Amino acid sequence: MSLTELVSLALAAILAENFVLVKFLGICPFLGVSKKTDTAIGMGLAVVFVMGLSSMVTWLVNEFLLIPLELEYMQTVAFILVIAALVQFVELFLKKFVPSLYTALGIYLPLITTNCAVLGAALLNVQNERSFLASTAFGVFSGLGFTLAIVLFASVRERLEYAKFPKCFQGFPQALITAGLIAMAFMGFSGLQVVW
Amino acid sequence: MDKTRMKEIVLNGLILQNPILVLFLGMCSTLAVSTSLTNALGMGLSTTMVLICSNVVISLLRKAIPKEVRIACYVVIIAGFVTIVELCLKAYLPALSESLGLFIPLIVVNCIILGRAEAFASKETPGYAALDGLSMGLGFTGALCIMGFIRELLGSGSILGHEILPVKVMLLAAPCGGFLVLGSLVALVQYLRARPPKETPKAEPEAVKEEVAVKGGDAQ
Repeated sequence: MSLTELVSLALAAILAENFVLVKFLGICPFLGVSKKTDTAIGMGLAVVFVMGLSSMVTWLVNEFLLIPLELEYMQTVAFILVIAALVQFVELFLKKFVPSLYTALGIYLPLITTNCAVLGAALLNVQNERSFLASTAFGVFSGLGFTLAIVLFASVRERLEYAKFPKCFQGFPQALITAGLIAMAFMGFSGLQVVW
Repeated sequence: MDKTRMKEIVLNGLILQNPILVLFLGMCSTLAVSTSLTNALGMGLSTTMVLICSNVVISLLRKAIPKEVRIACYVVIIAGFVTIVELCLKAYLPALSESLGLFIPLIVVNCIILGRAEAFASKETPGYAALDGLSMGLGFTGALCIMGFIRELLGSGSILGHEILPVKVMLLAAPCGGFLVLGSLVALVQYLRARPPKETPKAEPEAVKEEVAVKGGDAQ
């Protein structure tokens, strides 16, 4: 994989086709864990880690298990199992070595299993027939895109805490509108490409 | 089965505990596929199908599944049904399957399904579980269709592919439109719930909501 490919993959995954704001993957944690910037960063890094790892493992599972056995139609089932196991592993790891982050992430860590961004990245890798290296890179970059989006969103939300909203807009609608405005800003990146 | 209990389940699924507008579950597919009414309907019904099947099976197995590994079991059951729906769509409705794309396999991670499995199906008998799946699924489909309708009408000026409006607010069909429309809809629901239940003139808030959505779009 050349450097150009790598850079354009990164640009697409982080900005032009941001997982959260353009493709609508991983919205639940995006809206749920974005009240504080610190937690958002923690969640983002956990997702980068899980997504990179799961992209690797799902590629291996697909290439060496599903394709030789002609079980490609079982992809969804196989991938979700792999991801669930990985998340469990990350959870145990954090509990043991970074307990403060573990407490901060709380319920949302097991919920990475049902974070569609992770499964989405694995399925997109298979659909686009990416190589092992490209798959891993895509997983990591998409995770970084998720982190960027959630950290931006959390820092805006922190400031909105004391803003006055009409009563019916308080809480969830307010967050959605904010996310909409950030997504609008990200529309500016569409079509971004590397010309070498 | 008890009549009042059934009525309660149906009302909960459709309105009081509407998965999208009240519980805020399944946001990813809601925002992504609501660009047109057809997509919204297809997604809603596929999810309903999976929800009913998984609810029934999980309810039947509720005594057999050990508590410690229940989530993994639920996920496998759900993924199985999603694969069935995915293959059926590919075979019989290839156009719809093409336009929903990635979001069909992603029904697996739709929190509504796992949420109902955990909160309802794992405790109730199969009959109630099926009814709960049906009403939650239809509540999801309904809210999704409202969003699809608004976004298709205002965003691309058409309904079910037929051009109706000469004006298009492109922004509403774009990704950010999903957030803005859903935000406005939820605000409308909160507004309706906060006011006293006596008089609820439907037409007026409808207009307000659309205006807000457009205004949100123009704000840029």
